[in-house]
Amino acid sequence: MTPKTQTQLLWALLVFLFCAATRSQLERDPVTHILVQLPALALVGWLVASALRKRIPVAHLRSDHGMSCLLIALFSIAFWMLPRSIDAALEDPQMELAKFLSVPLLIGLPLGLGWQHAHPLVKGFLKANALSMLGVLAFLFTHAPVRICNNYLVSDQERLGLGFLYAAFALTVLWVIPLFTGRGVGERDTIPSVMARRAKA
Amino acid sequence: MRSVVKALQRILPTLFVAAAGFAFLWHATDGFGAFTAEAARRQKIERDPVYVAETELTDYTGRSISLSGGGDSITLVEFIYATCPTICQTAGSDFFRLRERLHSSGLADKVRMISVSFDPQRDDNENLSGYAKLHGADGAVWTIARPHLRDVPRLLKTFGVTIIADGFDGYQHNTAIHIIDQSGRLVAIVDTDDISGAAAVVESLL
Repeated sequence: MTPKTQTQLLWALLVFLFCAATRSQLERDPVTHILVQLPALALVGWLVASALRKRIPVAHLRSDHGMSCLLIALFSIAFWMLPRSIDAALEDPQMELAKFLSVPLLIGLPLGLGWQHAHPLVKGFLKANALSMLGVLAFLFTHAPVRICNNYLVSDQERLGLGFLYAAFALTVLWVIPLFTGRGVGERDTIPSVMARRAKA
Repeated sequence: MRSVVKALQRILPTLFVAAAGFAFLWHATDGFGAFTAEAARRQKIERDPVYVAETELTDYTGRSISLSGGGDSITLVEFIYATCPTICQTAGSDFFRLRERLHSSGLADKVRMISVSFDPQRDDNENLSGYAKLHGADGAVWTIARPHLRDVPRLLKTFGVTIIADGFDGYQHNTAIHIIDQSGRLVAIVDTDDISGAAAVVESLL
Protein backbone atom coordinates (compact mmCIF):
# COMPACT_ATOMS: atom_id res chain seq x y z
CA MET A 1 0.00 0.00 0.00
CA THR A 2 1.53 3.30 -1.06
CA PRO A 3 1.59 6.27 1.31
CA LYS A 4 -0.88 8.05 -0.97
CA THR A 5 -3.32 5.14 -0.74
CA GLN A 6 -2.95 5.10 3.03
CA THR A 7 -3.61 8.83 3.27
CA GLN A 8 -6.74 8.50 1.12
CA LEU A 9 -8.10 5.61 3.17
CA LEU A 10 -7.33 7.49 6.38
CA TRP A 11 -9.22 10.52 5.08
CA ALA A 12 -12.15 8.30 4.12
CA LEU A 13 -12.24 6.91 7.64
CA LEU A 14 -12.01 10.37 9.20
CA VAL A 15 -14.82 11.77 7.06
CA PHE A 16 -16.99 8.75 7.86
CA LEU A 17 -16.33 9.14 11.59
CA PHE A 18 -17.14 12.85 11.29
CA CYS A 19 -20.51 11.97 9.69
CA ALA A 20 -21.24 9.41 12.40
CA ALA A 21 -20.24 11.73 15.24
CA THR A 22 -22.22 14.74 13.98
CA ARG A 23 -25.23 12.70 12.93
CA SER A 24 -27.87 14.30 15.14
CA GLN A 25 -26.51 17.85 14.74
CA LEU A 26 -26.35 17.65 10.95
CA GLU A 27 -29.75 15.98 10.63
CA ARG A 28 -31.53 18.55 12.76
CA ASP A 29 -31.35 20.95 9.83
CA PRO A 30 -32.20 19.76 6.30
CA VAL A 31 -29.62 22.14 4.83
CA THR A 32 -26.74 20.39 6.61
CA HIS A 33 -28.41 16.98 6.25
CA ILE A 34 -28.70 17.20 2.46
CA LEU A 35 -25.85 19.54 1.55
CA VAL A 36 -23.18 18.48 4.09
CA GLN A 37 -23.85 14.96 5.38
CA LEU A 38 -24.89 13.28 2.12
CA PRO A 39 -22.04 14.76 0.03
CA ALA A 40 -19.57 13.92 2.82
CA LEU A 41 -20.77 10.30 2.88
CA ALA A 42 -20.43 10.15 -0.90
CA LEU A 43 -16.91 11.58 -0.54
CA VAL A 44 -16.04 8.62 1.71
CA GLY A 45 -16.82 6.22 -1.14
CA TRP A 46 -15.05 8.43 -3.69
CA LEU A 47 -11.87 8.43 -1.55
CA VAL A 48 -12.03 4.65 -1.19
CA ALA A 49 -12.44 4.38 -4.96
CA SER A 50 -9.39 6.50 -5.67
CA ALA A 51 -7.36 4.60 -3.06
CA LEU A 52 -8.28 1.17 -4.42
CA ARG A 53 -8.41 2.14 -8.08
CA LYS A 54 -5.27 0.22 -8.97
CA ARG A 55 -6.29 -2.91 -7.08
CA ILE A 56 -9.68 -3.31 -8.69
CA PRO A 57 -9.78 -5.15 -12.03
CA VAL A 58 -10.77 -2.42 -14.46
CA ALA A 59 -11.10 -4.30 -17.72
CA HIS A 60 -14.85 -4.08 -17.62
CA LEU A 61 -14.88 -0.46 -16.40
CA ARG A 62 -12.84 0.47 -19.45
CA SER A 63 -14.90 -1.54 -21.89
CA ASP A 64 -18.16 0.26 -21.07
CA HIS A 65 -16.57 3.63 -20.24
CA GLY A 66 -17.61 3.28 -16.60
CA MET A 67 -21.23 3.45 -17.66
CA SER A 68 -22.63 0.71 -15.44
CA CYS A 69 -20.83 2.20 -12.42
CA LEU A 70 -22.17 5.66 -13.21
CA LEU A 71 -25.69 4.28 -13.59
CA ILE A 72 -25.52 2.56 -10.20
CA ALA A 73 -24.53 5.91 -8.68
CA LEU A 74 -27.25 7.81 -10.58
CA PHE A 75 -30.05 5.47 -9.51
CA SER A 76 -28.83 5.60 -5.92
CA ILE A 77 -28.73 9.40 -6.09
CA ALA A 78 -32.30 9.36 -7.43
CA PHE A 79 -33.40 7.22 -4.50
CA TRP A 80 -31.87 9.55 -1.91
CA MET A 81 -33.40 12.55 -3.69
CA LEU A 82 -36.87 11.24 -2.84
CA PRO A 83 -38.29 13.24 0.08
CA ARG A 84 -39.81 10.06 1.49
CA SER A 85 -36.37 8.44 1.69
CA ILE A 86 -35.12 11.34 3.79
CA ASP A 87 -38.20 11.13 6.04
CA ALA A 88 -37.69 7.38 6.38
CA ALA A 89 -34.03 7.81 7.34
CA LEU A 90 -35.09 10.20 10.10
CA GLU A 91 -37.82 7.92 11.44
CA ASP A 92 -36.48 4.41 10.89
CA PRO A 93 -33.04 3.38 12.27
CA GLN A 94 -32.73 0.70 9.59
CA MET A 95 -33.13 3.27 6.83
CA GLU A 96 -30.60 5.49 8.60
CA LEU A 97 -28.13 2.62 8.59
CA ALA A 98 -28.94 1.96 4.93
CA LYS A 99 -28.15 5.60 4.20
CA PHE A 100 -24.77 5.47 5.96
CA LEU A 101 -23.85 2.36 3.96
CA SER A 102 -25.44 3.01 0.58
CA VAL A 103 -24.34 6.61 0.03
CA PRO A 104 -20.62 5.72 0.28
CA LEU A 105 -20.89 2.27 -1.34
CA LEU A 106 -23.53 2.86 -4.02
CA ILE A 107 -22.95 6.54 -4.82
CA GLY A 108 -19.39 7.62 -3.94
CA LEU A 109 -17.59 4.38 -4.78
CA PRO A 110 -19.13 3.62 -8.21
CA LEU A 111 -18.99 7.31 -9.13
CA GLY A 112 -15.28 7.38 -8.28
CA LEU A 113 -14.63 4.16 -10.25
CA GLY A 114 -16.76 5.06 -13.25
CA TRP A 115 -15.85 8.72 -13.56
CA GLN A 116 -12.22 8.21 -14.59
CA HIS A 117 -13.27 5.98 -17.48
CA ALA A 118 -16.23 8.07 -18.55
CA HIS A 119 -16.24 9.66 -21.97
CA PRO A 120 -15.65 13.45 -21.73
CA LEU A 121 -19.05 13.99 -23.36
CA VAL A 122 -20.71 11.90 -20.64
CA LYS A 123 -18.89 13.88 -17.97
CA GLY A 124 -20.04 17.15 -19.50
CA PHE A 125 -23.58 15.82 -19.83
CA LEU A 126 -23.66 14.75 -16.18
CA LYS A 127 -22.20 18.04 -14.95
CA ALA A 128 -24.68 20.10 -16.97
CA ASN A 129 -27.55 17.96 -15.72
CA ALA A 130 -26.39 18.20 -12.12
CA LEU A 131 -26.46 22.00 -12.39
CA SER A 132 -29.89 22.19 -14.01
CA MET A 133 -31.27 19.64 -11.56
CA LEU A 134 -30.04 21.71 -8.63
CA GLY A 135 -31.72 24.73 -10.23
CA VAL A 136 -35.02 22.89 -10.57
CA LEU A 137 -34.78 21.67 -6.96
CA ALA A 138 -34.02 25.22 -5.80
CA PHE A 139 -37.17 26.49 -7.52
CA LEU A 140 -39.27 23.58 -6.28
CA PHE A 141 -38.19 23.90 -2.64
CA THR A 142 -38.59 27.68 -2.48
CA HIS A 143 -42.01 27.65 -4.17
CA ALA A 144 -43.67 24.39 -3.11
CA PRO A 145 -47.12 25.10 -1.63
CA VAL A 146 -46.87 22.00 0.58
CA ARG A 147 -44.40 20.57 3.03
CA ILE A 148 -42.14 18.15 1.18
CA CYS A 149 -40.68 16.39 4.24
CA ASN A 150 -42.87 15.66 7.24
CA ASN A 151 -39.86 15.99 9.51
CA TYR A 152 -38.79 19.47 8.43
CA LEU A 153 -40.42 22.89 8.70
CA VAL A 154 -41.59 24.88 5.70
CA SER A 155 -39.03 27.61 6.50
CA ASP A 156 -36.27 24.96 6.52
CA GLN A 157 -37.48 23.73 3.16
CA GLU A 158 -37.14 27.23 1.72
CA ARG A 159 -33.63 27.61 3.14
CA LEU A 160 -32.72 24.28 1.58
CA GLY A 161 -34.04 25.56 -1.75
CA LEU A 162 -31.69 28.53 -1.52
CA GLY A 163 -28.92 26.11 -0.50
CA PHE A 164 -29.46 24.17 -3.75
CA LEU A 165 -29.10 27.43 -5.66
CA TYR A 166 -25.82 28.31 -3.92
CA ALA A 167 -24.57 24.76 -4.51
CA ALA A 168 -25.36 25.08 -8.23
CA PHE A 169 -23.50 28.38 -8.32
CA ALA A 170 -20.47 26.98 -6.48
CA LEU A 171 -20.28 23.92 -8.75
CA THR A 172 -20.56 26.13 -11.84
CA VAL A 173 -17.58 28.17 -10.69
CA LEU A 174 -15.67 25.04 -9.71
CA TRP A 175 -16.25 23.39 -13.08
CA VAL A 176 -15.85 26.42 -15.30
CA ILE A 177 -12.57 27.79 -13.92
CA PRO A 178 -10.41 24.82 -15.05
CA LEU A 179 -11.75 25.23 -18.59
CA PHE A 180 -10.05 28.62 -18.72
CA THR A 181 -6.89 27.92 -16.76
CA GLY A 182 -6.19 24.44 -18.05
CA ARG A 183 -4.95 23.56 -14.58
CA GLY A 184 -6.35 21.97 -11.47
CA VAL A 185 -8.90 19.22 -11.02
CA GLY A 186 -10.26 19.26 -14.55
CA GLU A 187 -6.90 19.30 -16.30
CA ARG A 188 -7.46 16.21 -18.39
CA ASP A 189 -10.80 17.49 -19.57
CA THR A 190 -9.66 20.71 -21.17
CA ILE A 191 -9.98 21.00 -24.90
CA PRO A 192 -6.28 21.86 -25.49
CA SER A 193 -5.08 18.95 -23.33
CA VAL A 194 -7.34 16.45 -25.08
CA MET A 195 -6.07 17.67 -28.45
CA ALA A 196 -2.48 17.46 -27.26
CA ARG A 197 -2.98 13.91 -26.04
CA ARG A 198 -4.56 12.91 -29.33
CA ALA A 199 -1.66 14.43 -31.25
CA LYS A 200 0.84 12.48 -29.14
CA ALA A 201 -1.02 9.24 -29.68
CA MET B 1 -21.34 -11.68 -35.88
CA ARG B 2 -18.47 -11.66 -33.40
CA SER B 3 -18.50 -7.88 -33.24
CA VAL B 4 -22.21 -7.95 -32.45
CA VAL B 5 -21.59 -10.38 -29.61
CA LYS B 6 -18.77 -8.20 -28.36
CA ALA B 7 -20.90 -5.08 -28.46
CA LEU B 8 -23.66 -6.92 -26.60
CA GLN B 9 -21.19 -8.06 -23.96
CA ARG B 10 -20.16 -4.47 -23.55
CA ILE B 11 -23.62 -3.00 -23.10
CA LEU B 12 -25.31 -5.88 -21.27
CA PRO B 13 -24.09 -4.87 -17.78
CA THR B 14 -25.24 -1.32 -18.43
CA LEU B 15 -28.66 -2.52 -19.58
CA PHE B 16 -28.90 -4.78 -16.57
CA VAL B 17 -28.07 -1.94 -14.17
CA ALA B 18 -30.58 0.33 -15.93
CA ALA B 19 -33.35 -2.28 -15.66
CA ALA B 20 -32.57 -3.06 -12.04
CA GLY B 21 -32.39 0.65 -11.23
CA PHE B 22 -35.78 1.34 -12.78
CA ALA B 23 -37.33 -1.61 -10.97
CA PHE B 24 -35.82 -0.41 -7.69
CA LEU B 25 -37.10 3.15 -8.11
CA TRP B 26 -40.51 1.81 -9.20
CA HIS B 27 -40.65 -0.16 -5.99
CA ALA B 28 -39.37 2.72 -3.84
CA THR B 29 -42.01 5.14 -5.17
CA ASP B 30 -44.96 2.70 -5.28
CA GLY B 31 -44.96 2.71 -9.07
CA PHE B 32 -43.75 6.32 -9.47
CA GLY B 33 -46.89 7.39 -7.60
CA ALA B 34 -45.57 8.53 -4.21
CA PHE B 35 -42.45 10.65 -3.86
CA THR B 36 -43.20 12.05 -0.40
CA ALA B 37 -43.91 10.29 2.87
CA GLU B 38 -47.30 12.02 2.97
CA ALA B 39 -48.37 10.65 -0.43
CA ALA B 40 -47.06 7.21 0.55
CA ARG B 41 -49.06 7.18 3.79
CA ARG B 42 -52.30 8.07 1.98
CA GLN B 43 -51.84 5.46 -0.75
CA LYS B 44 -50.90 2.79 1.76
CA ILE B 45 -54.08 3.41 3.79
CA GLU B 46 -56.19 3.18 0.64
CA ARG B 47 -54.57 -0.13 -0.29
CA ASP B 48 -54.53 -1.62 3.21
CA PRO B 49 -56.95 0.05 5.64
CA VAL B 50 -55.89 -0.30 9.30
CA TYR B 51 -58.06 -0.82 12.35
CA VAL B 52 -57.94 2.08 14.78
CA ALA B 53 -57.71 0.72 18.31
CA GLU B 54 -60.51 1.68 20.67
CA THR B 55 -59.41 4.98 22.23
CA GLU B 56 -61.22 7.05 24.81
CA LEU B 57 -61.40 10.79 24.22
CA THR B 58 -62.77 13.61 26.36
CA ASP B 59 -64.51 16.35 24.39
CA TYR B 60 -64.72 20.04 25.25
CA THR B 61 -68.00 19.60 27.09
CA GLY B 62 -66.34 17.02 29.35
CA ARG B 63 -68.17 14.13 27.71
CA SER B 64 -66.33 10.87 27.13
CA ILE B 65 -66.42 9.59 23.54
CA SER B 66 -64.83 6.74 21.61
CA LEU B 67 -62.54 7.56 18.68
CA SER B 68 -63.17 4.55 16.47
CA GLY B 69 -66.37 3.06 17.89
CA GLY B 70 -68.82 5.23 16.02
CA GLY B 71 -71.40 2.46 15.73
CA ASP B 72 -73.17 3.03 12.42
CA SER B 73 -71.44 6.35 11.88
CA ILE B 74 -68.48 7.22 9.73
CA THR B 75 -65.87 9.15 11.72
CA LEU B 76 -63.89 12.05 10.27
CA VAL B 77 -60.79 12.93 12.30
CA GLU B 78 -58.44 15.87 12.14
CA PHE B 79 -55.42 16.29 14.39
CA ILE B 80 -54.92 19.79 15.79
CA TYR B 81 -53.62 21.69 18.76
CA ALA B 82 -55.93 24.45 19.93
CA THR B 83 -53.27 27.10 20.52
CA CYS B 84 -52.05 26.77 16.93
CA PRO B 85 -51.95 30.13 15.18
CA THR B 86 -51.91 28.89 11.59
CA ILE B 87 -52.77 25.62 9.93
CA CYS B 88 -55.08 24.22 12.63
CA GLN B 89 -57.20 27.34 12.31
CA THR B 90 -57.46 26.73 8.58
CA ALA B 91 -58.26 23.11 9.34
CA GLY B 92 -61.00 24.32 11.71
CA SER B 93 -62.66 26.46 9.06
CA ASP B 94 -62.30 23.61 6.55
CA PHE B 95 -64.08 21.27 8.98
CA PHE B 96 -66.82 23.89 9.38
CA ARG B 97 -67.30 24.01 5.61
CA LEU B 98 -67.30 20.22 5.46
CA ARG B 99 -70.01 20.00 8.13
CA GLU B 100 -72.17 22.53 6.27
CA ARG B 101 -71.68 20.52 3.08
CA LEU B 102 -72.66 17.26 4.82
CA HIS B 103 -75.71 18.98 6.33
CA SER B 104 -76.88 20.29 2.98
CA SER B 105 -76.48 16.89 1.32
CA GLY B 106 -78.35 15.13 4.14
CA LEU B 107 -75.34 13.14 5.30
CA ALA B 108 -74.79 14.86 8.64
CA ASP B 109 -76.62 12.19 10.65
CA LYS B 110 -74.37 9.50 9.17
CA VAL B 111 -71.08 10.98 10.34
CA ARG B 112 -69.20 12.12 13.40
CA MET B 113 -66.50 14.76 13.06
CA ILE B 114 -63.79 14.98 15.70
CA SER B 115 -60.93 17.46 15.91
CA VAL B 116 -58.45 15.60 18.11
CA SER B 117 -55.80 17.54 20.01
CA PHE B 118 -52.36 15.93 20.03
CA ASP B 119 -51.30 18.30 22.81
CA PRO B 120 -53.62 17.24 25.68
CA GLN B 121 -51.26 18.71 28.28
CA ARG B 122 -51.86 22.25 27.11
CA ASP B 123 -55.29 21.76 25.57
CA ASP B 124 -57.55 21.75 28.62
CA ASN B 125 -61.32 22.07 28.32
CA GLU B 126 -61.01 25.82 28.17
CA ASN B 127 -58.69 25.79 25.16
CA LEU B 128 -60.79 23.15 23.40
CA SER B 129 -63.98 25.17 24.05
CA GLY B 130 -62.28 28.25 22.68
CA TYR B 131 -61.41 26.38 19.47
CA ALA B 132 -64.96 24.97 19.27
CA LYS B 133 -66.55 28.41 19.65
CA LEU B 134 -64.17 30.08 17.24
CA HIS B 135 -64.94 27.58 14.47
CA GLY B 136 -68.56 26.79 15.25
CA ALA B 137 -68.24 23.17 16.37
CA ASP B 138 -71.64 22.11 17.73
CA GLY B 139 -70.70 19.24 20.04
CA ALA B 140 -73.19 17.05 18.15
CA VAL B 141 -72.01 16.33 14.60
CA TRP B 142 -68.65 17.93 15.23
CA THR B 143 -66.76 18.04 18.48
CA ILE B 144 -63.30 18.94 19.73
CA ALA B 145 -61.65 16.35 21.96
CA ARG B 146 -58.42 15.22 23.54
CA PRO B 147 -56.99 11.77 24.25
CA HIS B 148 -55.10 10.64 27.33
CA LEU B 149 -51.49 11.75 27.09
CA ARG B 150 -50.33 8.11 27.16
CA ASP B 151 -52.39 7.31 24.03
CA VAL B 152 -50.92 10.11 21.89
CA PRO B 153 -47.82 8.30 20.52
CA ARG B 154 -49.87 5.23 19.53
CA LEU B 155 -52.52 7.39 17.84
CA LEU B 156 -49.94 9.36 15.86
CA LYS B 157 -48.28 6.13 14.75
CA THR B 158 -51.55 4.49 13.66
CA PHE B 159 -52.57 7.55 11.66
CA GLY B 160 -49.05 8.29 10.38
CA VAL B 161 -48.98 11.82 11.74
CA THR B 162 -45.55 13.42 12.31
CA ILE B 163 -45.35 16.32 14.79
CA ILE B 164 -42.27 18.53 14.96
CA ALA B 165 -41.56 21.62 17.10
CA ASP B 166 -41.67 24.84 15.07
CA GLY B 167 -39.21 26.71 17.28
CA PHE B 168 -41.91 29.15 18.41
CA ASP B 169 -43.44 27.02 21.16
CA GLY B 170 -45.78 25.43 18.62
CA TYR B 171 -45.74 22.56 16.13
CA GLN B 172 -45.84 21.76 12.45
CA HIS B 173 -47.63 18.57 11.46
CA ASN B 174 -49.08 16.87 8.40
CA THR B 175 -52.68 18.00 8.58
CA ALA B 176 -55.38 16.01 6.82
CA ILE B 177 -58.88 14.57 7.16
CA HIS B 178 -58.73 10.93 8.27
CA ILE B 179 -61.81 8.88 7.44
CA ILE B 180 -62.75 5.89 9.62
CA ASP B 181 -65.49 3.60 8.34
CA GLN B 182 -68.37 2.06 10.32
CA SER B 183 -66.26 -0.92 11.36
CA GLY B 184 -63.48 1.23 12.81
CA ARG B 185 -61.00 0.98 9.94
CA LEU B 186 -59.01 3.98 8.74
CA VAL B 187 -59.83 3.82 5.03
CA ALA B 188 -58.89 7.18 3.50
CA ILE B 189 -56.85 10.32 4.11
CA VAL B 190 -57.63 13.49 2.13
CA ASP B 191 -56.41 17.10 2.17
CA THR B 192 -58.04 19.23 4.83
CA ASP B 193 -59.48 21.61 2.19
CA ASP B 194 -60.65 18.80 -0.09
CA ILE B 195 -64.29 19.09 1.00
CA SER B 196 -65.68 17.38 -2.10
CA GLY B 197 -63.16 14.56 -1.81
CA ALA B 198 -64.08 13.91 1.82
CA ALA B 199 -67.82 14.05 1.02
CA ALA B 200 -67.29 11.62 -1.87
CA VAL B 201 -65.54 9.11 0.40
CA VAL B 202 -68.39 9.40 2.94
CA GLU B 203 -70.96 8.72 0.21
CA SER B 204 -68.99 5.75 -1.08
CA LEU B 205 -69.03 4.20 2.40
CA LEU B 206 -72.82 4.39 2.82
